[in-house]
Amino acid sequence: MNVVLNEPLSQVSLLFVSAAMGLLAVALLLFSFQLAKLKDDPSESRFEKIGFWVLGLSTVVLGIGVMLRGIAANRVPWANMYEFSITGSLTILTVYLISLKVRDVRYVATFVTGFTLITLFAAVSLFYVEVKTLMPALQSYWLVIHVMVAILSVGFFAVAAGFHIAYLSKAAGWARVLMQRFPELKVMERIAYRFNMVGFVTWSFTLIAGAIWAERAWHRYWGWDTKEVWTFIIWVLYAGYLHAMATRGWNGKRAAWLGLVGFSAVIFNFVVVNLFFKGLHVYSGL
Amino acid sequence: MTSSFRSSLSFWPRWFWRQLTSMRTALFLLLMLALAAIPGSLYPQRSADPNGVRLFFDERAELAAVLDALQLFDVYTSVWFSAIYILLFASLIGCVLPRMRVHLNALRRGPVQTPENLKRMSAYFAETGKLDLEKVRKVLKANGFRAEVQGDSVSAEKGYAKETGNLVFHSALLAVLVSVGVGGGLSFTGQRVLVEGDTFVNNLASYDSFSPGPFFNEGELTPFSLKLDNFDVIYDLRNRANIGQPIDFVATATLDDGNVAAQQEFRVNNPLAAPGANIYLTGNGFAPVITVTDGTGVVAYSGPVVYLPQDSNMTSLGVIKVPDALPEQIGMISFFYPTVAELESGAYTSIYPDPIDPLLTLNVYTGDLGLDSGIPRNVYALDTTHLEVVASRNGPNPPIELRPGETAELPGGIGSISFDGVLRYASVDIAWNPGGFWVLIFAAIALVSIVFSLSIRRRRVWVRVRDEKIEYAALARGDDEHLEAVLAEIKDEIEKEARV
Repeated sequence: MNVVLNEPLSQVSLLFVSAAMGLLAVALLLFSFQLAKLKDDPSESRFEKIGFWVLGLSTVVLGIGVMLRGIAANRVPWANMYEFSITGSLTILTVYLISLKVRDVRYVATFVTGFTLITLFAAVSLFYVEVKTLMPALQSYWLVIHVMVAILSVGFFAVAAGFHIAYLSKAAGWARVLMQRFPELKVMERIAYRFNMVGFVTWSFTLIAGAIWAERAWHRYWGWDTKEVWTFIIWVLYAGYLHAMATRGWNGKRAAWLGLVGFSAVIFNFVVVNLFFKGLHVYSGL
Repeated sequence: MTSSFRSSLSFWPRWFWRQLTSMRTALFLLLMLALAAIPGSLYPQRSADPNGVRLFFDERAELAAVLDALQLFDVYTSVWFSAIYILLFASLIGCVLPRMRVHLNALRRGPVQTPENLKRMSAYFAETGKLDLEKVRKVLKANGFRAEVQGDSVSAEKGYAKETGNLVFHSALLAVLVSVGVGGGLSFTGQRVLVEGDTFVNNLASYDSFSPGPFFNEGELTPFSLKLDNFDVIYDLRNRANIGQPIDFVATATLDDGNVAAQQEFRVNNPLAAPGANIYLTGNGFAPVITVTDGTGVVAYSGPVVYLPQDSNMTSLGVIKVPDALPEQIGMISFFYPTVAELESGAYTSIYPDPIDPLLTLNVYTGDLGLDSGIPRNVYALDTTHLEVVASRNGPNPPIELRPGETAELPGGIGSISFDGVLRYASVDIAWNPGGFWVLIFAAIALVSIVFSLSIRRRRVWVRVRDEKIEYAALARGDDEHLEAVLAEIKDEIEKEARV
């Protein structure tokens, strides 16, 4: 039962996370160049190609950082805000890179890169804590399942949010020349829908897994704890989004806005609820 | 005249029902539900945080009264929140029931009548030649379609499981709601503090607090007894940044269901399964064992006293009331420091949560404790306003300080007190909710069926041969970017297999 924590190793992990941030910043620059060039020349892809190599490398470096943090703490690396953030960023990047193989989702590279860069920046500058043991309330295999699937859902929702933004920009006529190079509105709507759909299913799973765990830990499967409330709100918002997509006059821009509202709730649930709301899910570690 | 009167009478309810069951209304109600849930996370809720509500009333009484009138401390049982979800579920039933009938009919009847004008369908190809329609049917069947030869055409459809999944999902949600309601009604939760050595017997009188659901009856409590034999708390003493962090709480208890008595362990996240209830470890603290001898030399109190932890290093506050002491009743407010350290101010603090160097300090009062008037008093608080101070930091005598095994005379010959040892206590929740199992089952069904509903595509395909002309057409429910490609593939296969 005696856990050995390794703070020096955690500092090494921090180095890797910081290096990954540097690489992400480079990738972000390359993707921005790409967008700037794309405006004049639709066949341009040099910056983009290098950008994706750098993004891949950054994901690998971040992966090593996350793994070392887990080894340093002797458990899964997702038990406080700092760890949620680095593992979450890794998951978003992984979901995105794998999605590239399945669908043409290159267009939201800037969004995904920028979003993970900001998340990591918040992690190292605001959320960092030394490695600690798990409090008894978190010592459960549900920590592995429930939290991992929640983070995975965020990955899907994030990619979808990128497409919502692109969709709304194009529909509003912003950066007209550049947006012409982006896929058709219909195509972007469809991709966002697919990602939100998968996110909704995994989010439903996380909600159920959380309820099972809550029954084991707190004697009730649902008690309207602040985190439970927001998990529910997010679920209902995305359920609303799915209905909107099937309702005449509500798909298109309105649905895209709804998807963005849903994603804002996801971010709110992570940042504001974790840090400022009172409740049983007080695991920020800060 | 009569008929127009009757139709106007039935117009509004019908109009209302049509509105309620429309998708737009469902969407609106969903968004309202999300919005209405927010205040429950902004204000403390009686169900989740009753103490927070009490504090809110203490701090801002006027605002609290207004919020309370709006049921903002009971959001999830409030009239307005309930109204939204009841309307939502009414809308759901109104939407799902007719669709069920339509879907059952579709399942029974098979593919629809081939439409006259196939050119209008979202995917369409035309060829010349002739096909063996029976072979066409077989090709479609091999592709997972339900297919039927209808005169000069074949009508085929697949993806019925999409609508089945959709309908099962919504029905399962309804079943979840019913299970939550019924289960909550029959459920109960009780709390009890058990000092090492204490025995809990499962009847209403043994609970410190008990909150039953509205349909609960006492007969639901299955008789059993639970003796807390031992309670260990393990803290980290090894990793520097982590010192004093709890690593494990382990309660060892003997559970006796009337037939067999067996010793079992339970811990956080690992409740003990007792007959008809689960026992959850929810809190811990120290119970110093104290003996008070009064001024006449008689033992007026002896036993463990439950102290409430005040900080993460388990500085604990306890109140000892000795109403049987003579000549005067004795009351004490006491602090227990598991590992004591002295601050610069001279006050004590605890620097580690395990009893490595324990110290007990006591402020002593005498006078009428107010226990004989029959008014229930908080056992964890002592009202000292009408008591005479015997010993305290600013009193006539310094506070009593005791280490385990020590005895001290109380000033003024009112008696003596000894600190015999330290036991731990566990706060346990004893809870049962028969609905939980069903909620889980229906939630799992909902999860599986939503995957079907979202991932399967509903497609109709028609092939017609008329006057040396072959027409292929397909239609999908909803947006389907692959429809044309799928039809092209089927067409190629049919051309290969069924050409005459």
